Parts: sequence; C-alpha cells; structure tokens
Amino acid sequence: MAKNLFEKIWDAHEVDKDLIYIDLHLVHEVTSPQAFDGLRLSERGVRRPDKTLATADHNVPTDGTPTARLIADELSRKQVEALEANCEEFGIPLYSLGSERRGIVHVIGPELGVTQPGMTIVCGDSHTSTHGAFGALAFGIGTSEVEHVLATQCLVQRRPKSMRINYAGELGFGVTAKDLILATIGRLGVGRMQGYAVEYAGEAIRALSMENRMTICNMTIEGGGRAGMVAPDEKTFEYIKGRPGVPDDFDAAVQRWSALPTDEGASFDKEIDVDAPAISPMVTWGTTPGMVVQVTDRVPDPNAMDSPADREAAERALAYMDLQAGTPITDIPLDRIFIGSCTNSRISDLREAAGLLDGKKIASSLRGMVVPGSQQVKAQAEEEGLHEVFQSAGFEWRESGCSACLGMNPDILQPGERCASTSNRNFEGRQGAGGRTHLVSPKMAAAAAVEGRFVDIRDWS
Amino acid sequence: MDPIEVIEGPVAVLDRNDVDTDQIMPKQFLKRVEKTGYGEFLFYDWFRSGEIELDAHPILVAGRNFGSGSSREHAVWGLKDYGFDAVIAPSFSDIFYSNCTKNGLLPVILDEEHCKAVASAGEARIDLDDQTVNCAGGVFQFEIDEDIKHRLTNGLDDVAMTLERGAKIDEFEGAGKADAGPVTTSL
Repeated sequence: MAKNLFEKIWDAHEVDKDLIYIDLHLVHEVTSPQAFDGLRLSERGVRRPDKTLATADHNVPTDGTPTARLIADELSRKQVEALEANCEEFGIPLYSLGSERRGIVHVIGPELGVTQPGMTIVCGDSHTSTHGAFGALAFGIGTSEVEHVLATQCLVQRRPKSMRINYAGELGFGVTAKDLILATIGRLGVGRMQGYAVEYAGEAIRALSMENRMTICNMTIEGGGRAGMVAPDEKTFEYIKGRPGVPDDFDAAVQRWSALPTDEGASFDKEIDVDAPAISPMVTWGTTPGMVVQVTDRVPDPNAMDSPADREAAERALAYMDLQAGTPITDIPLDRIFIGSCTNSRISDLREAAGLLDGKKIASSLRGMVVPGSQQVKAQAEEEGLHEVFQSAGFEWRESGCSACLGMNPDILQPGERCASTSNRNFEGRQGAGGRTHLVSPKMAAAAAVEGRFVDIRDWS
Repeated sequence: MDPIEVIEGPVAVLDRNDVDTDQIMPKQFLKRVEKTGYGEFLFYDWFRSGEIELDAHPILVAGRNFGSGSSREHAVWGLKDYGFDAVIAPSFSDIFYSNCTKNGLLPVILDEEHCKAVASAGEARIDLDDQTVNCAGGVFQFEIDEDIKHRLTNGLDDVAMTLERGAKIDEFEGAGKADAGPVTTSL
C-alpha cells in the first residue's frame, strides 16, 4: 500500500499500540531538571544515554561567559550546573558552556549530523519540529514525557493525522522561507494544523536549502502542528555527508533514506495548495504569528473583521503593540533588531543578512544584536568575515544561544521597545515584559536595521 | 497523581482565544528546578497589570487553542498549583493537552457554544467516567482517549505502565530496529 513519509516513519517505530521508539532525545537545561529528579525519586536510570544528547542554550548568557559557574544570574547558573551534574550522573553526552559544539539544540543536532532522515526525534522544546526538515519525525514534548523517554526510550503517543501542503511555483525575488511559513500560518491561522504531522512539498520546497527547510519546519508549531516534515533528497544527503554523527556506511544509509519520500498515490488526511509566487515579504503586526500581513500592507482594522472574537483579539493586540489600524507597515519605527533563534540563526541566515549590510550602517536610534545559532556557526561566520560586516554596521556580535528569542538570559527588550526579530514568537512579553515583537526574515531585519523602519526588501538597495 | 472521578464547583472564565504558555507562565519562572510552587506566578503579567482576574475555582473555562506555543510544562504546574483541576476549552494545543494529562489537570474539549453555556452557568460538574459536563445550561458529552481516561481515573504513572511493556521494547531493540540512528556517546 502506498504510504506517505510520516506513515513510513511512524510504522517503523511502533513498539506496541500507541508506543513509539525514539531514536534521538535532545535535552536542555530548562525542561529537564524535574525529569531527572523524577528518575532519582523512582530509582530509575536512563535507558539509552547513547541516544541522548544535551546542550545548554535557553538561559545561557551570550557575552562570552566561559563556564557555568561564572554565570552571573544565580538561577540560570544553578540550572546549567544542574544539567551538568545530571548528565554526569546518568552518562549523557553534554555540550555545555565552553564547548565548541554548544549551541541552540535545534541548530547543533543537524550540525553534528545526529539529525538524519527517517528518525524519530524528541526534545522538551516545541521547536523540535525543526529537525523534520531532514525527513525525520520530530516534535516537542513536556517534562513528564522527557522523564518517560529518559526511562524507556519510548513515548506514549496517539498517531497524529497527516497533512500535506503543496507549494506550486517558486518564491519571488527577496521572498524567503520565513515569509513562506509566515504567509502559510497567516492563511491557516494558529490552530488549523493542530493534531497533524505536516509535510511541506512542491517545487518551492524542493528549491530551498536545508537551512531554509529548517526555518519552515521550525515554525510548524506556530500553526499548531505536531510535526513539520520535508522529504529527504540529494540536498539532504549532501548536507549530512561528512558530519560527525553520520553512519559509517553512508551509501547504504542514503539508499535506505531514498525510500522515505511519500509514495506516488499515498493519501493524506488533508491537503492544501499554496501558490508560492504569490507570497510577499511578511511582517507580523500582532501578538500571535498568525497576525501577519505583507510588508506592502497596512496594519489591519479590527472593525473589518467578521468574528467578534477575532475583533477583540485584534483590538487587544493593537493596544499591546501600540499600533493604529491603517498605518502602513513601512511607517513603523523600530528600536531593536534581533537576528538569531532556532528559526533563523544558521550560517545561511547570517550570510543573507550580512549580504545586505556590507558597507552600510544601522540607524543611530537602533540597537542591533546578532546571536549565531551555535559556536560552530559563529566560528564559520568569523572565518567568512561576516562578524566584521555586522560589527562595522553597528550590530553587537554575540556568543550562541536562544537569547532574545525568549528572553531568559539578559538579552531582553525593555518595556515599550519595538523589535524586528528573526525569531518565531511575537507573544506578549515574549522577548521581555512590555516588549513589542515583529517577526520577519533575516533579510527584512537587516534592511529594517539600516532604515530604522520596515522596508520592502524587493525594491530596497 | 491523584485519581480523578468527579470535578465540580464554581468556574473561572478566561474568554480569550490563543492564550499561549508564555502568558500562563512567563519565562523568568522557568529557571526554577522544582516542580512545585508555580501557582503564585500564574498569568504573572496579566494578573499584576489587572488585565485579567481569575478566582482559584476547580474549573477554568477558556477560549480555543488554549496553551499554544512553548512546551513548558511549568504552565500546567502553575494552573494546577493555583487551584484548577480541569480546563474546558474548544481546543487545546497538542503539547499542552498532553502535559495536562500527565499532571492530573483534566482537559475537556467542548464546542464553543457549550463552553459559553458552562461559563454562564457559573458552576459545573465534570464526570470523567461518563465523559459529561453537567451545568445549568445542559449536559454535554466530551471525547477523551480511552488510555488517557484509564490513566487519569486510576491515577497511574505513565513510566511505570510503559516499563510493564519492557519486553516489547527489548524485542524492538533486539530485532535491530533501533540500530539505524546515531550513537551520541561516540561523536
């Protein structure tokens, strides 16, 4: 019987009814301490430390603090030290502060080659969907489930439904993967993917780099989706080749992975078609990623919305964002620029942003920050001289981490500050209490930094 | 986890859609390494700014897509610790729903109209065995996965239950089905 990509992976990992085997469990400092405590309380061990990998990313400072014990914030320090102690106790490999392999958990998995097609991957973080870009089934779990996977290497899970979104045609000039996924969420809303494993397919997806595919899968959770996936192809294999985690017999692995793409004639519970050339650069105006418009649009008028609930939500969002309905998006002035996060902090993201900044200065009213996704991305960028481009333009060049995406470390917005951010969530207070976030692509963020307001990247130079 | 049979009493109402876990439990409280004591941080910014008020009733009625965003289980620990034993909403984010069921916070999905009826009634009685919500506005049936229901009604520990299926896991690994992935300990 013809099967889709999701079904092939699910079926190969079903241990028992509603119990699936996990090939890789990624762990970080914020959602794991209580899970390790649970193991100790019930005198249980970690079943497969060799399928578990940990890093410190969520609340580490990005100022070059070299080791956990020197983290200034006491609670952050305790949490990272707890991770180090837990990994030591249970024999789990860890890349903590000081390691060249440290970075955002969803950046280092692919970078180390431990993210591979056909795998099941979980992590106590909703953006685990990122790894689906390799044709893996990857999703976020809660702390109780982290404990469960540590103890059993399995997860109790009801089989999600499957959805395929087909993107016909190619993206236009200046339009990126970030715009594609924002436009998709804008159209479907933040709940329509709930309960689904979503496969992104079609010409526009095939044309994207692995990094771009990761951006798309990453934000699946913002549409409510359980997992985002892209079928593996030559680009996938090329990306993985030579990385530390790849199988010894790479050719045999490629042969196995080549059987993963959705079979001709396989069905999905839902299919959606999107016209890729019609997508424009996008900017969020509100407090969910679904509150998004084209850069050429104006801030929407709540009174024009049909449902009373949408109207009220839009009114609240505009009040929080301090925006007036009808204001052109390109008239919105900015205080901060953040280039980073598991959505857009990989080397290609930094190249795209730096490519627009060469020889330019960011607006004097702005503070701009670039936070590479990992120490390896940072090293690569420095080898290419990208840090000099950013620094000459007036950006701060930081160490890697989740940073201002969720504001657990000192890199936060001040109340009232307005930020163009390449991250994934514009929720109230996400980047700092009272902070106002507009989600955009790295190119849009770079151009906005120079102008001090949003610009349409397609006619800007 | 205490077994759940019936949850009844007054309801608190949060009439908003897409309430994300960043609002329910802001990031600054995620640095704690404990599992308890999160109730005082619930809806930290919204409570302190006077944006919303919620009494610590046994039942919370919320809008659609409740608990969206971050997977932080701290949000569920906060709701439970604050005093809620059940949340009724038209839909929940997948991860949040699952987190609820691991902590004895009963997630109940009712359509929008019935949520409104429960909210207006002001009090309700949820019977997990019958899968009903009973209030002045009527008796409404809700769906819940049989296994989840079984675990909640008996207050069972997920890990212990899976370990009972340990032979199946051994068999899976023994058949070489778990060998394809990377070995993280030898990178």
